[in-house]
Order: sequence, then C-alpha cells, then structure tokens
Amino acid sequence: MRLMQGTFSSLPDFTDAEIMAQIQYAIDRGWAVAVEFTDDPHPRNVLWEMWGLPMFGVADPAAAMLEVNACRDAYPDHYVRVTAYDSSLGRQTTALSFIVGRPAHEPGFRLDRQETSDRRMRYSLHAYAADRPSGERYERGPA
Amino acid sequence: MTGPGQVVAPRGFAMPRPQAGGQAEPDTAVAGGLGAGAGTAAAVSGRPAAASGPAAAASGRPAAVSGPAAAASGSAAAGRLDADSVVDLEAEQRSLRISGILDRLDAEFVGLAPVKARVREIAALLLIDRLRQRHGLTSSRPSLHMCFTGSPGTGKTTIAMHMGALLRELGYLRTGQLVSVTRDDLVGQYVGHTAPKTKEVLKRAMGGVLFIDEAYYLYRPENERDYGQESIEILLQFMESHREDLVVILAGYADRMDTFFRSNPGMASRIAHHLDFPDFSMDELLQIAGQMLEREEYRLSASAQEAFAEYVALRMTQPRFANARSMRNAIDRLRLRQAGRLVAAGGSVRLRDLVEISAADVRASRVFRGVPAEAPSA
Repeated sequence: MRLMQGTFSSLPDFTDAEIMAQIQYAIDRGWAVAVEFTDDPHPRNVLWEMWGLPMFGVADPAAAMLEVNACRDAYPDHYVRVTAYDSSLGRQTTALSFIVGRPAHEPGFRLDRQETSDRRMRYSLHAYAADRPSGERYERGPA
Repeated sequence: MTGPGQVVAPRGFAMPRPQAGGQAEPDTAVAGGLGAGAGTAAAVSGRPAAASGPAAAASGRPAAVSGPAAAASGSAAAGRLDADSVVDLEAEQRSLRISGILDRLDAEFVGLAPVKARVREIAALLLIDRLRQRHGLTSSRPSLHMCFTGSPGTGKTTIAMHMGALLRELGYLRTGQLVSVTRDDLVGQYVGHTAPKTKEVLKRAMGGVLFIDEAYYLYRPENERDYGQESIEILLQFMESHREDLVVILAGYADRMDTFFRSNPGMASRIAHHLDFPDFSMDELLQIAGQMLEREEYRLSASAQEAFAEYVALRMTQPRFANARSMRNAIDRLRLRQAGRLVAAGGSVRLRDLVEISAADVRASRVFRGVPAEAPSA
C-alpha cells in the first residue's frame, strides 16, 4: 500500500528536477528547507528524524538536493520527506512537506479493533512493518 | 580586508549603480537572467520530439531549473546543422544582453584591463557554448574557479562581489549570490568540526560564488595538526564534483598566494583562471578619486585639483600605498579637513562651500611633509 502523506501525495513520485523546482518555490518564499526520515510512518508520528539541520540561508535548490540524495542513500529503506518551515510571524509552522523517498516495498497498515466497556469500539492503525525492530522494518521484501 | 572602495556596494550583493535609475535596473537584470534560460527552453520546445520530456515536466517552474534539463534533451533531439549554416551572433548577444553587461563593467571600473579582458573571454565562451549546444555539438561547462592576486586596494574584493551577478546574467550561475568567507568560517575548532562547517558554507554558496578572502590563512604549515588542511581537501573535492553549481574565488596578495599554491598543488591546478590585478596608474587613481568624490557629491576646486594630483604622485612613492583604498582614505581625510575648516570659520556657509574642497584642505596633508598619510601618527 502506497503511503500517502503530505503535499502532492496523490501524484506519482517526483523526479529530481521536480523536487528541485518545489524546493526553489520554498526558497523563493524564504522558507527553510529541511530533510527528515523515518521508518515509522504512522500518520500520528509527525516528528520524523532530522537529517542534519534545517538549511537556513541556502539559496540554491541543488544544495538541498545534495542532502536529499545523501539521506536517500544512507536510508534507502526509509521514508524521506522534505519540509519547508515558514518562520514569518503569525505562521511559524511547516508550510510544505512532501515525501521524496520511500522503501521499495510498503506493506501498509491494518486497522485494529478493540472492544471496550459497554460494547464501545476503539480503533487504531498499526503498520505491519512496525512489528519488526526499528531500523530493519522495510529492508526485506514481501514477508 | 575591506573593499578598495572605488565602488560602494549599496545593499547586499546588488550590483552598484551609481547613476540614476538604480531602482529600475535590478529588474532588468533579473529579466536578463530568466530570459537566457527561457531562450534555451524555447529553442527546445520548438522541436516536437523534445517537448514531451523533461522540458514539459519542468515547464511551470523557474527557468533556472528547467534550463539544464531542457538543454540536455535539446542536444539529444536537435539535428546538427550543416557546416555552412549561419547563426546570427549579434542577435544572440542581444538576447543574452552580454554587451550591456560588459559595457557596464567597463563604465564602472577604471583600469583593470586584464580582468576585463578575461571577463570578455568568459562571456564569449559562454555564448559560443550556448550556440554549440543548440546545434548538437558537445559543450562541456568550463571551470570558472578563479584566483585573484594583486596589491592591496586593486579591486579584488570589489570585482569578486560583482562576479556573481555577472555570471548569473551570463547564465552560468543560477542564483549568483556571493558568500564571502575567511578562515574562521571554514575551519573548525576541534576534531570533527571542520567538515560540517565547510560543507555548510559550501551549501550556502551553491548556485553562486564562494569568495575566500586571504585564502592562504587556510593553510598553516607551522602547525601540522591544523584543521585548515581538512577544509582545503573538502573544498577541492567540492570544486571538482560541483563545478556547475558553484564558482570559488580565492583572493589574496600575490606572494603569499604563491606560497599557498606551492604547498597545495591540487588547488592551483583546479583553478583555471589566475587573474593578477595590476596596480593603478596615476591617471587611473585620479579617475577613481574623481568617481568617489562625485558619488559623495563633493568637488575639488581648480587649485585643489592640481594639489590633489601632486598629492597622489607623492603618496604613490611612499610606503603602505594601497591604490584605490588609499584614495578612499585620502578623500575621507579631505572631508575631515574641509569640515574642520568650515566649523572653525563659523558664521554662515553657502551650499557651495559644503560641496567644495579647497587647495588648502589638500595641502594640509602630512604627505606634503614627507610623512606617509597612513602612518601611525607619531
């Protein structure tokens, strides 16, 4: 199951040129671009690991692309995303976030149902990959 | 090292425009840069085969990004013209606004003939490369890393500040910003600190110019555990692998740069352009001083002009003469003396008195008494 999170998630994966064009858009608006990765892509896990510091003062998308590629090379079996932080007063939040790298095999999520008192139902999402220890969750192909 | 001051950069990295219309010109400069990129894209999309590929994917995006992709598919798709077909160089030059850029360089900088000649050559090469590429001939990106050497005050820093904007307008750099660094920005203080620090700086400079002032301080031969060497190695590797993303300019005094290159032969060979900034002649110095005075809205009276020419001739023979920077300092002292004279005289002053510098102001200089003007006062 293809993970769909962040902006452009319904589009096919971007090429490097398209990623760079998006980064250029962020730079043009003065947003600080950062690269993040995780192997726990639960929708409520919003804080992914940071790949280096946010790139304040970087003027050229090629520089950010270097970090994107370095992160994808170092973590080929992880999800990698680019975030752009808008620091302007009144916003001060992530303005753009999109996935730029994903593992070859994405097993997806299952819905857990739990019956509690008075026949009430609680639901939760559980990533199949999360059954494995962190760091080797997506590295093997179909189990 | 501060700028020699024959051109005052008003804000950030913008090209200084001393003449009127300073507001309007940055816009044209941007249009020039984009226009260059768009020209390539248009040349490609004219061919039906190429229009579907990367060019189409990147079409809504800034020209800086679509440029390389479009150009790459263009050279693949374009058929070669036959050897006798004609290309209009003039029109190309106009579309890239090259002559405008070069004329401005000529107008704003006095002297510096070898530097201007080299910039002209680079501009010509970039133009011809573009044409070759369009007609399916191979064209590799020239390496434009440079080394500026010369006496103090010959305009090394000032020219470097303009090189970024210039190369962007020529379509060689994408952003053209200038990141000016010295040793402390590149070299760390403890093990493992240098590499991230240098890489951070390189990333900030990508798309523009990395200007390393007094680059010889990077290498400290007397301390073999100095981290400068590590920084140099990272620089070298980056200069080689990201030639299309970044132009590195090293600057410094000639003799010390020589020592630096002798101990780092890899650095010398990776720098294609070694530009030596000649000392200014007397006429050039007077012209530079004239420009500075004009920009600050001062005027030398007729007798002061004579005195000032004598002053420059004397000052040039004295030690610690720093070319244009000495002119800047001399003018600052002239302004001091003029202000002192006006205030001491008291009473009312006319507007003309505020503008005019008299011969007495010039002749009061210590230079006429045989003491170098920039010597520490005894």
